[in-house]
Amino acid sequence: MGVEVNTGKKIICAHCGGSCDASIKAYESFFCCNGCKVVYGLLQEKGLCDYYEFNAHPGQTIQSLVSKSKYEYLDNEDIRSKLIVFKDHQQSHVNFYLPQMHCSSCLYLLENLHRLNSKVISARVDFVRKEVLIAFFHADLLLSELVVLLASIGYEPHISFSGNEGDAYRMTDRSRIYKLGMAGFCFANIMMMSLPQYFAGSVKVEPSIALALKYGMLALSLPVVFYSGAEFFISSWNSLKEKYLNIDVPIALAIAITFIRSVYEIFWGSGEGYFDSLAGIIFFMLVGRLLQDNVYKSLSFDRDFKSFFPIAVRCLIDEEVSSKPLDQVEPDDVLVIRPDEIIPVDGILSKGKAYIDYSFVTGESLPVEVAIGELIYAGGKQTGEKIEVIAIKSVSQSYLTNLWNKNVFKDKSKSRSYIDIFSKYFTLILFVLAGITAVYWLREGRPDMLWSALTSMFIIACPCALLLTATFTYGRLMRMFGKNGLYIRHHDVVEKMSEIDYLVFDKTGTLTNHSPAGLTYHGRGLEIWEKGLIHSLAGQSSHPLSRAIAEHLKESPAIEVESYKNHPGKGIEGWYENKHVKLGSAEFTGVKADEHVFESSIVYYSIDNEVKGWFEIRNAYRPGVSEMIRYLKKKYKIAILSGDHEGEKEYLNQLIGADNQSLFTQSPQQKFEFIKSLQQKGHTIMMIGDGLNDAGALKQSDVGIAISDSVNNFTPAADGILEGSALTGLSRLMKLATAGRYIIYLTFFVSVLYNLVGLWFAVQGILYPVVAAILMPASSLTIIFLTYTLSGLIGKKLNLKD
Amino acid sequence: MSVLIGLLVVSMLISGGFLIAFFWSNKNGQFEDQFSSANRILFEDKIKTKNKN
Repeated sequence: MGVEVNTGKKIICAHCGGSCDASIKAYESFFCCNGCKVVYGLLQEKGLCDYYEFNAHPGQTIQSLVSKSKYEYLDNEDIRSKLIVFKDHQQSHVNFYLPQMHCSSCLYLLENLHRLNSKVISARVDFVRKEVLIAFFHADLLLSELVVLLASIGYEPHISFSGNEGDAYRMTDRSRIYKLGMAGFCFANIMMMSLPQYFAGSVKVEPSIALALKYGMLALSLPVVFYSGAEFFISSWNSLKEKYLNIDVPIALAIAITFIRSVYEIFWGSGEGYFDSLAGIIFFMLVGRLLQDNVYKSLSFDRDFKSFFPIAVRCLIDEEVSSKPLDQVEPDDVLVIRPDEIIPVDGILSKGKAYIDYSFVTGESLPVEVAIGELIYAGGKQTGEKIEVIAIKSVSQSYLTNLWNKNVFKDKSKSRSYIDIFSKYFTLILFVLAGITAVYWLREGRPDMLWSALTSMFIIACPCALLLTATFTYGRLMRMFGKNGLYIRHHDVVEKMSEIDYLVFDKTGTLTNHSPAGLTYHGRGLEIWEKGLIHSLAGQSSHPLSRAIAEHLKESPAIEVESYKNHPGKGIEGWYENKHVKLGSAEFTGVKADEHVFESSIVYYSIDNEVKGWFEIRNAYRPGVSEMIRYLKKKYKIAILSGDHEGEKEYLNQLIGADNQSLFTQSPQQKFEFIKSLQQKGHTIMMIGDGLNDAGALKQSDVGIAISDSVNNFTPAADGILEGSALTGLSRLMKLATAGRYIIYLTFFVSVLYNLVGLWFAVQGILYPVVAAILMPASSLTIIFLTYTLSGLIGKKLNLKD
Repeated sequence: MSVLIGLLVVSMLISGGFLIAFFWSNKNGQFEDQFSSANRILFEDKIKTKNKN
């Protein structure tokens, strides 16, 4: 079969290429999971193993087999009729969007679907839109069975009823091509008609023919200017209405000048006009734009897909709480939502008292009380106790992404960036320069040179390369960040990351990672009901220490706690059978002699203000944290904020150095104030912390990054989400952000240089307008290429994934 | 020189035909998915005794 299985020591799954152990072996190959094995077996049986030959490891990892019941709703007549695009007495056609499609192997497999199931007649792939059109015998194959078949080979369709989003996009794209075709046609024929003009010295043309040619050229130029070139006029008119000069204004002006001048020459002057230049300018400009758009699109293609971030939710499965990736949540799953967590999906409240804060969705921050059985919408934040919600939809990550991208929560946009300021004056400077050139050539008595010089100037001078640079470079960096575990909200954030001079870390849950394994209990022995009590109490909070305790006691059945109350930064309290139970810091529980244990956090447990014992949770620093800090402190000022006691002050101070500070027993409010006071001193701050407990401080800081360890730490207040395991790579990511700034400076310089040189020749009238029209888009493409390669090289040097 | 006019008319007709063909193919979406057709042609229909449908 020619399938590589073992490269060196590492064993690779023959289907998807993921690393795996040798436990699953079949068909003389290894597999990472049973799903992959099943697919491989199926393809081998049907003789479709060419799939593995076109590309190395094209398969999708299939962790769980899709349950048939998930798609049963597709057999409902109403729903089916929405999806089926064509139907006769024998066959139906249906169009699916398959986001997993990525290479020619996918194409091969999908178009051979009829070999996997004989009820499928044919399948046709539109690769660019990632769609497949499948024809099948509806009498023998249900729509749900078809979807399950696709899912079982790793192409689970993304089913949406909102219509095809690609359609509007395609229409605009096509009209561009029509315009280009029209411009090309007219350009070529105008050139033909200009032939006698080019050989004016050697060929004698009869006046009647010359006149016919002139009118022919005029006629052909009309569709070029008014159809193909219309977008330049429309765009510049719109910008003028906004009292702003955009980059299309000079181009539109150049076209208008050439056209009016040519028409004037034909009717009132003696010449033939410049229709060939005119058509050439528009044709090459359109080619350049199309090319630019395509390059941009293909390079930023999977932006939407990559912007999905790692979030997991807690689900109740067989009475046990376990973590589940967000995108695997299905209807009827029971989700456990703790206070301050965002509801990831529409659902029905099944347990607990819900006070939902919909401020992220509606802007109204007054919590809404929801009764059991009522609907809770995605995007709301639970403010009361722990609740259970039955999901009624599957999760749309894009919905959360949108929520995150909404700028309502964040108005940190300072003055517009330097690039905007530059481009604003660019057009203005150009017009001043054009005025000076015009005056010069008029005084020289050469109005012919004047027009040519002005046209070339307007075309060659173009800040678009510049404008493109910033969006493009930051877009590329965002993608690289995503691949390295940092998910950024908006490209403005990358720009801000490069301006950071102060880093603030939260300790608990950020620098440290608490596992129940490092937990010990001291004090009077706990009875079973007490364990259940503490389990229930700790389960109410999303603080890392509470999570560790709840996890530790998960065997003990939780006991209902009444009048539960959470004091952020201090602890939790509640009532059980008239007993006042507290769980929290020394100060909160009333302990006088606080135990300072090195490298541990202490959580006290008291009943009726009498301390019964304490939990000691070892502060396991994430591997590589000290190296990272040692490295970062060379470049940035660093502060560590902790809600914990001072037990580790000495160790941390030694780590961060004498000129940096660490603050302990900080409440969320104090953390927020600390950030604010640093900002007043003129620092630009990046805060890395827990998404829920530090939300205020994250929001206040210039760049707020929330750490996520496969728990629902999602908060719209953060600018970025960092995977816990990627924390130690932070210094390299910061370096990349800074490098991005220099890349932009460099391309900025190249672009300015290009404009200056171009203008130098244009002003003198020695640059043909048509040549300028070719050079202009060429320069943009050069700059795109430059920033793409440079970012890639720097990423490689920093050992980042790309 | 009048031959030039004749030549132009012919060339306009031919290129006009191509323009119409271009518009037509664009309308049919020929320029959208350049990947599928380019790769589809490379797939062989291996006929194996085992899997004749």
